[in-house]
Amino acid sequence: MIAPTEDAGRAVADGAATGTGAFTPAPYRVVERRVETDGVVSVALVPDSGEPVAWRPGQFNMLTVFGVGEVAISMSGVPGEGRLWHTVRDVGAVSHALCGTGVGDVVGVRGAYGTAWGVEELDGVDVVVVAGGIGLAPLRGAISLLARRPSGRGRLCVALGARSPDQVIFAEDLEIWRELGAEVELTVDAAAPGWTGSVGLVTAVLPQLSFDAGRAVALVCGPEIMMRIVARALVDRGVAADAIRVSLERNMQCGVGLCGHCQLGPLLICRDGPVRAYGEIAHLLGERER
Amino acid sequence: MPRVAAVDPVRVGDSVTIGVSGLDGLVRELAARGYKTVGPTVRDGAVVPGPVSSVAQLPRGVHDEQAPGSYRLRHEGDDELFGWAVGPASYKGVLFPAEETLWRARRDGQDAGVDEVRDARRPLAIVGARPCELAALEVLDRVLLGGPVVDDRYAARREGAFVLVAECGKPAATCFCTSMGTGPAAAASASVSPSESRFDLAIAEIVDDEPGASDERPDAGAQVSRDVRVGPGHRFVVTVGSERGASLLEHVAHVEASAADRAARAGVLARAAAQMGRSLDTDGLAPLLARNIDSPRWQDVAQRCLSCGNCTMVCPTCFCTDVDDVTDLTGAVERRRHWASCFDLAHSFMHGGPVRSSAASRYRQWATHKLSTWHDQFGTSGCVGCGRCIAWCPVGIDITEEAAAIRASDVEAAGAGQTRGER
Repeated sequence: MIAPTEDAGRAVADGAATGTGAFTPAPYRVVERRVETDGVVSVALVPDSGEPVAWRPGQFNMLTVFGVGEVAISMSGVPGEGRLWHTVRDVGAVSHALCGTGVGDVVGVRGAYGTAWGVEELDGVDVVVVAGGIGLAPLRGAISLLARRPSGRGRLCVALGARSPDQVIFAEDLEIWRELGAEVELTVDAAAPGWTGSVGLVTAVLPQLSFDAGRAVALVCGPEIMMRIVARALVDRGVAADAIRVSLERNMQCGVGLCGHCQLGPLLICRDGPVRAYGEIAHLLGERER
Repeated sequence: MPRVAAVDPVRVGDSVTIGVSGLDGLVRELAARGYKTVGPTVRDGAVVPGPVSSVAQLPRGVHDEQAPGSYRLRHEGDDELFGWAVGPASYKGVLFPAEETLWRARRDGQDAGVDEVRDARRPLAIVGARPCELAALEVLDRVLLGGPVVDDRYAARREGAFVLVAECGKPAATCFCTSMGTGPAAAASASVSPSESRFDLAIAEIVDDEPGASDERPDAGAQVSRDVRVGPGHRFVVTVGSERGASLLEHVAHVEASAADRAARAGVLARAAAQMGRSLDTDGLAPLLARNIDSPRWQDVAQRCLSCGNCTMVCPTCFCTDVDDVTDLTGAVERRRHWASCFDLAHSFMHGGPVRSSAASRYRQWATHKLSTWHDQFGTSGCVGCGRCIAWCPVGIDITEEAAAIRASDVEAAGAGQTRGER
């Protein structure tokens, strides 16, 4: 069997804390709504009763819009905020409905599920974070925690790719992370008037980042093709394949390893992922239609 | 096993003989004890699970003929009650319904009440499941109960369910339980289950008065229980698997199984094993399939496969489900869960489209999940050798044939070293 990571056990304990059946969402309410870019909205949720579920960056919740359906969305906030932030791109019926919720609306929450980035283990380690588009959302909490490590406890490099300058999410956070000492490089696929930054794939800015590849850990989230290319570039740079953590994505319906949808070969992504070491799963990403 | 006179209390591990009326008594006693009794019945030209409150409802004189893409019943007018192999519907559907409502809520955005929907908790008694079906339930136990989060609905139905297994004497041409270690005897799949008591009672039906079997009475020393003699002829040799199975037997006429009865049971099971219609070489099969993900055979089978999903619907271990949120005009919402199939394009859908769009990739997903990645995920094979997917495939695709073809064209010679798929 796939050896459960230390994260997997923790994730389940967190999920069990909701106290009801595995498939029953707990009612939460939208307390704040923020438009990030055109078609990307963040919502902050608090439970109608009790404390929000405990979670760690990299994990996800199953969010229900009653009468529409349920989707898996990563937490995009920082643990301990007292509210659950989720950042949603409007791509389907449920994500559209989530983007359309307003303050006071009820959203069902099940979670927290899945494996985490494991930022707790990264004290004293150089960390390189590579995100593509909305792939920055599940990394935001990890970056925020890593940027606040005491100085001298490892460098933090962040490479971000976006389609265009107006598609950059969390622009204010990028400045905060820079002020905290992180090296942040941003690149876009297509520039716009006034853009003076890099243009091209996110791999193009990797050489600008200064980290000790031999002892660095990489956290990568974006489209699958992007993660493959970035992981190969990092391996070429000298980062160990097992030190590269990627966040996998498949169709998730139950979030707890019972519905069978999110299989990727031997993995049930909701149970054994989404965060896995690239070294373990590289061959799976290379197989067409797997 | 010490020999126990039948007047002594029946104990776990005992082997006793009962008649048809004894079996009838067992079924009636289960109902009297409050169980909802479900067993093999004939409906729509097939043997399927249905309500059974006496042996009169069992498929007497019914036999089946199965082949790739074919299932037919024959009614021969004989007295045999379990003279058939498995039909299209397994007991999965009894414990894990094809559709069920999970919860109800309101959709007005303000009312935050979510009410879970639960069954009435009447305990279930399965009467006459085949050993391969018991093995399938144990696979489902691993999947739905063995992980960090359990399916509490399945758990509620499974826990406390009484299981009476009918050991198999008439395998079909599509059967290969001997290859999977799940039959034809009830004890065959002991390695699958973590629990000590895998079944409550297992019966082996003996109908033929064969020379050597029919002429012998029960052991001369065997005492008769309740003044009813159980003699040769149509009878059942019962293996007692649990205390409650033993206590149930006390309510019907039974004698200690004679040496002749035990031999007759062994003969039935040995003939069944010898008549097994198919075989599947499981030696190293999981890594074999893992390293043959790019085999051209997947394209070959895709030329025949209709992606209809029949194999997943009849499979006693396929557990994939979808949920739908259903609304009505009053603002009520309910979430319904129903069986899903990996042959459905929507199964792997993400924004942007399905991951597995070709038929080849979907058949590969199904077959490699059953025989290979199931081991990774749940520590057991997902196949119990019941052969349903072969009989109910409209074009007769045979998983044993496909696996053998991939073995024959293995990218690595047999005995080659470790590969990335090795485990």
